[in-house]
Amino acid sequence: MVPERRQHILLPVRLSTIVVSFAVALLLNFLPWHNVALVPDFVALTLTFWCVRQPHLVGLGAAWALGLLTDVGNGVLLGQHALSFSVLAFCAITLSRRILWFGLWTQALHVAALLLLAQAVGTVVRLATGAEFPGWVLAIGPLGGALLWPLVSLLLLAPQRRALEVDETRPI
Amino acid sequence: MEHTPPAFFKRGPAPVVRLTFFALLSLAMIVLDARFRYAEGLRGAISLATQPLQLVASAPAAALHRVSNFFASQSQLSAENAALRAKLLEATLAAQHLEASAAEGARLKLLLGAAERLPGSAAPAEIIYGGRDPFSRRVLVDKGTRDGVRPGSPVVDEAGVVGQVTRVHALLAEVTLLTDKDQAIPVQIARNGLRAVAFGGGTSGLLELRYLAANAEVVNGDRLITSGIDGVYPPGLPVATVIRVERDATNVFAHVLCQPAAGVDRGRLVLLLTPSATPASPPVEAAAEKGRDKPSTKSRRQRAKDARGP
Repeated sequence: MVPERRQHILLPVRLSTIVVSFAVALLLNFLPWHNVALVPDFVALTLTFWCVRQPHLVGLGAAWALGLLTDVGNGVLLGQHALSFSVLAFCAITLSRRILWFGLWTQALHVAALLLLAQAVGTVVRLATGAEFPGWVLAIGPLGGALLWPLVSLLLLAPQRRALEVDETRPI
Repeated sequence: MEHTPPAFFKRGPAPVVRLTFFALLSLAMIVLDARFRYAEGLRGAISLATQPLQLVASAPAAALHRVSNFFASQSQLSAENAALRAKLLEATLAAQHLEASAAEGARLKLLLGAAERLPGSAAPAEIIYGGRDPFSRRVLVDKGTRDGVRPGSPVVDEAGVVGQVTRVHALLAEVTLLTDKDQAIPVQIARNGLRAVAFGGGTSGLLELRYLAANAEVVNGDRLITSGIDGVYPPGLPVATVIRVERDATNVFAHVLCQPAAGVDRGRLVLLLTPSATPASPPVEAAAEKGRDKPSTKSRRQRAKDARGP
């Protein structure tokens, strides 16, 4: 069995790509959405991507810090997203070797499970602190995020696919 | 992850250990924030990092709004102008009546020797977007500490009370709507002066009067106004209308549901009032003051030193 039918040999990832992608994801999350429950969590999606692709560069520390930023930016309970993103990053790193063997849409299935798990962790925390359950509409965001996975994968891998200087004889 | 690497490939503690560490850290913060509200200082520090991003994110929507305002058609404006003129006429009439009765009331109060209530000031604000938390019912308005907004200020629209400011940023303030599950407002029934407390009903979008005896005199269609005994909401603002009263023989309390008077979920322009009397500090502010214990003791020590100095 071959991981992904036609695999490119990728350039090493640049740290700036990761930082910029997280900044853009935070920006997308902070857009004034009408109903935030229906919108996928772009930070969670980007975090899953980098935890799967670069488990040694992006880990639990980054996940926790991003979670705190999301908590403060959204004005929710401090630590809610920090906890759910930590769990998400752990599961994504644990599954990273498995996920990359599949095609993009099968990967998206795995990602759907991960994002739903993260949302469930956040929900359990809020219910434990006395909030009321807003309904199953909460599942729409993570499922939408999973649908975006192929697009996000193509976008975030694009900087690594490009060769520094074009050379027809080289496989990169 | 499941293979243990040789010693020279070690990359810090094992993933499970890391997860436990970060999960415990998060849980500790959740408890500190939810139970004791000690985390407001930390929140303020982190918001310095998120605020530029938030400003950039809200810029396109604000620009769009401005552009659509600019291109509002002339007929629309003139129609709106005529409607506003008619409304103003009505309001002037009502204001004249009010002036007369306020003067009369002031005279009566003087006779009674009651303390005169200071009129609070009001600042108009615009709701920018709905809350970013699906678990609570909040909105963000475009006035913040820079405009003198204080946590605890009541928020009203033209029809009645909308909610209360619960957190203030530099340029924004978070308003918790009356329908939030944790929001309560002291009210009284306009018809007979019966006092009660209205709690938010959450997703139903209604209010609930709790702890009213099953035989309390409340009927469908009763109007609820603020009682003003909390010192936060000025008295007499319309809050809600009773739409259903259930009296159950098995329950000591009546189950009363009310429809909010204000467009809690609809309006766009609101007024932020300054609490008219000396306000009892709202829970958030009280906790923040508790958290700020250190500087206050320092200043007390400083004061003592100053007193000893000369």
